[in-house]
Amino acid sequence: MAYPFVRYALIVGVLIALCSSLLGVILVMKRFSYIGDGLSHVAFGAMAIAAVIGLTDRMALTLPITILCAILLLWSGQNAKIKGDAAIAMISVGALAFGYLLMNVFPASSNIAGDVCSSLFGSTKILTLTKVEVILSIVLSIVVVVLFIALYNRFFAVTFDESFAQAVGTKTKLLNFVIATIIAVIVVLAMNLVGSLLVSALVIFPALSSMRIFKSFKSVTVFSAVLSVFCALLGIILSILFETPVGSTIVITDIVAFGICCLVGAVKK
Amino acid sequence: MEQLICKNLKLGYENITLAEDLSFSVEKGDYLCIVGENGAGKSTLMRTLLRLQKPLAGTIEYNDNLTASSIGYLPQQTIIQKDFPASVYEVVLSGCQNSLGWHLFYSKEDRAKVLKNMERLGITDYAKRCYRELSGGQQQRVLLARALCATEKMLLLDEPVAGLDPLVTNEMYELIDKLNGEGITVIMISHDIACSVKYAKHVLHLGNEFFFGTVEDYRHSPAGSKYLEGGGHHH
Repeated sequence: MAYPFVRYALIVGVLIALCSSLLGVILVMKRFSYIGDGLSHVAFGAMAIAAVIGLTDRMALTLPITILCAILLLWSGQNAKIKGDAAIAMISVGALAFGYLLMNVFPASSNIAGDVCSSLFGSTKILTLTKVEVILSIVLSIVVVVLFIALYNRFFAVTFDESFAQAVGTKTKLLNFVIATIIAVIVVLAMNLVGSLLVSALVIFPALSSMRIFKSFKSVTVFSAVLSVFCALLGIILSILFETPVGSTIVITDIVAFGICCLVGAVKK
Repeated sequence: MEQLICKNLKLGYENITLAEDLSFSVEKGDYLCIVGENGAGKSTLMRTLLRLQKPLAGTIEYNDNLTASSIGYLPQQTIIQKDFPASVYEVVLSGCQNSLGWHLFYSKEDRAKVLKNMERLGITDYAKRCYRELSGGQQQRVLLARALCATEKMLLLDEPVAGLDPLVTNEMYELIDKLNGEGITVIMISHDIACSVKYAKHVLHLGNEFFFGTVEDYRHSPAGSKYLEGGGHHH
């Protein structure tokens, strides 16, 4: 706690864990689990571009590109020739290849393998956050949480039954846009914590764990937020104590929690 | 009083026309059954009445303070709903969306309306139960309660008894009939012609042989007599 970088890591870690868990249930139910994964690869590609151009504030580029792709994916999901999962696979693999190619052709540092690895798995990035990045993360997290609470009832309605929601005059298209944008923001934020390959874990696991035990949308959402924050904290502390990579430690903690929740769920029945 | 008047409707998608030149009207308190072959445009008609899609031609007129968003809609169940973690209360409450307006949260009146409609359909005891753990018939009651929260006037039901066993099917029909008796207009898509004819006041038959009129006339019409002879289980 004495070191500022540990404090930063804990603050940002908790906020990111909180945000990413909120939309988890919605993504799982809408069958969008893999959108987070696809978008994180897009963010990886954008990150590579930022590195090549020599941008110091990489989020300035990754955030808009990822948001754009998220909207494209959701938009195309409704009336495109290439449907849902194929579109996601295409964009995500394409961005990954493009990003890796860029990093190799225009190496920004001598340690390409190290750069790639830290983008994909987060490695020690969370411990090297600058003050600007920390502030930006805090602001974005607050925006996500406030939006989620404000639109909670509408999010529920549109996830449970889009046709009904649309029939009674709810603006489902607009809401889907908002959901896509929030996902993109969460992905870019969460990349700092766990790296792009592990983002989905942060989004999906708390929701799945919570769904094992709880029966109402509200309790599932609240518990998955609490669980996600707890696992992130525990994961960060464990990774500092045992000098393990932050991202994978958090994800392993989430998986263990999922196992425990499965057991509890089975016993309750 | 006529709540809904459709004139020369043409239904379908960009290049496919499913039905043409449909004209019919629905009176307050009416019970209209929409029947016809698969692909005749029954669901498309319903989606068009709800303004979920535009008619290719023709007009729909709403009277008696009715708007597309104040119609209670019971859509067919989706796969997503079958394992959705939500309580019965939450699902019924989402029927109050159209009274949210610019508000973020549901009002006390909305919550009172939810309790009233759960009482009305006999699902008060399940309020805290998980939607996915209910039987098919119970789930339909929950969705019907949700639809009632959205309307005082008109229900649009898209195959409300699909997948239910005979006993529960009968209960569902009786329930809908009771709601109709309380003054709510009912428009229902059905495959079950025999039952439709038993409860409905008017029939709209889509497909090769168009028919719109009272149930009595339908029995003697070419379209009706053909379908009713088939034992009422034409699919």
